[in-house]
Amino acid sequence: MRIGSELATGSFEQLAMPHFERLYNFACWLTHDRQEAEDLVQETYAKALKGFSSFQPGTNFRAWIYKILRNAFLTSRTGLKATATVPLDLEGEEQTLPAVMETPESILLQRSDGQLVQQALEQLPVAYREVLLLCEVEEMSYQEISATLSIPMGTVMSRLSRARRALRNGLQQQFAKRMN
Amino acid sequence: MVCESWTEKLDTYLDGELPEVEMRTFDAHVRSCTFCSADALSRVQMKRTIQVAGKRFVPSADFRRRMEQSITPKPKRSFRLGWMFAAAAAVILVVGALTSTYVGNRSGRDLAYRDRVFSEIADLHVATLASSSPVDVISTDRHTVKPWFQGKIPFAFNLPELQNSEFSLLGGRMTYLDQTPGAHLIYDVRKHHISVFVFQERTLSLKLPAGVDENYPSPKQLPFNMETWSQGGIRYFVIGDASAADIDSLAKLFKAAS
Repeated sequence: MRIGSELATGSFEQLAMPHFERLYNFACWLTHDRQEAEDLVQETYAKALKGFSSFQPGTNFRAWIYKILRNAFLTSRTGLKATATVPLDLEGEEQTLPAVMETPESILLQRSDGQLVQQALEQLPVAYREVLLLCEVEEMSYQEISATLSIPMGTVMSRLSRARRALRNGLQQQFAKRMN
Repeated sequence: MVCESWTEKLDTYLDGELPEVEMRTFDAHVRSCTFCSADALSRVQMKRTIQVAGKRFVPSADFRRRMEQSITPKPKRSFRLGWMFAAAAAVILVVGALTSTYVGNRSGRDLAYRDRVFSEIADLHVATLASSSPVDVISTDRHTVKPWFQGKIPFAFNLPELQNSEFSLLGGRMTYLDQTPGAHLIYDVRKHHISVFVFQERTLSLKLPAGVDENYPSPKQLPFNMETWSQGGIRYFVIGDASAADIDSLAKLFKAAS
């Protein structure tokens, strides 16, 4: 039994450490605070190690550990605050978002200024921010995102679509502010 | 709106998530439709911008070390081995008590040397990046940068081939550490600048203590990630605010080239 658990711990390290930097980056985006992100990643690894026996070999480890991190975030003080101020389930809010009007200036802006994109990402509701990051930065498939966020594939697609539109709107607003 | 039905699925197409047959139909349409191809190009560029902007936060080397330690399985000793360790510990305590003063002084001196060298390397790195002209030879080609040092420093060294790596060479300059000439090369990886310092070991008056190559300073002592090693009589320092993994990758490329 002891040997078995040692073997499990050894393979846990091999599976978990390659995701360390990405998990930290994702945690920073969720918490907006480096110290909190460190705490969140530590908690994630502790929980994952403890529950590693429940992980089924051959299934998606990345989605499994990201799900643990996200759940830990949602139950943290910052996570509760973020989801209390903006409802996590935004699926019914499609109509409230104004239509995106692309202009040559906004397109140029999006292409050239990564800092503005970072600011626009920061201002997105957490539900939009996380789905965009998982898709664009982590390059997860819709199926992996579905497993990580525990939402159906159809919801992944609709939420992604709204998140992209919200980001473009955010960039538009920042661009308008700059011009004034 | 032009091509409304296509536009609705454009993001899914660019994410590579449409069924195979639909992907092929979409490919054909995007190639033939100016409106959709322009829209697709704009969205791809936006995806790339988000991807770059999203990779923003890098954990410190100290945090990585703590995490690794926290999940590394602890070796378990048998009862018999425990007795052997206890006996060995007793012997070490006696010997240690006799030599502690000497060793203490020496290790303290070694650490002071090490800290002084590392501090100077960090200063050189920061001062160079703050300069309006950080490099004197500006080239991404190692075959241009390496010959530039001929006649300027009293030794030769090899620069690694960077093909198939994420690093790019920005250039180099001469530098001095404790009045000893050396080469300072600057590399770029995902917008982070990394300095590689190369000195002739025997001319350095600041001797680094044995074992320094394995014992990097913690970020509290040094606000950068760094690796140092000696190879073929040459002392290398790789330092920067990039991740510890990136610093290690560049160090490995140099080790392989030397």
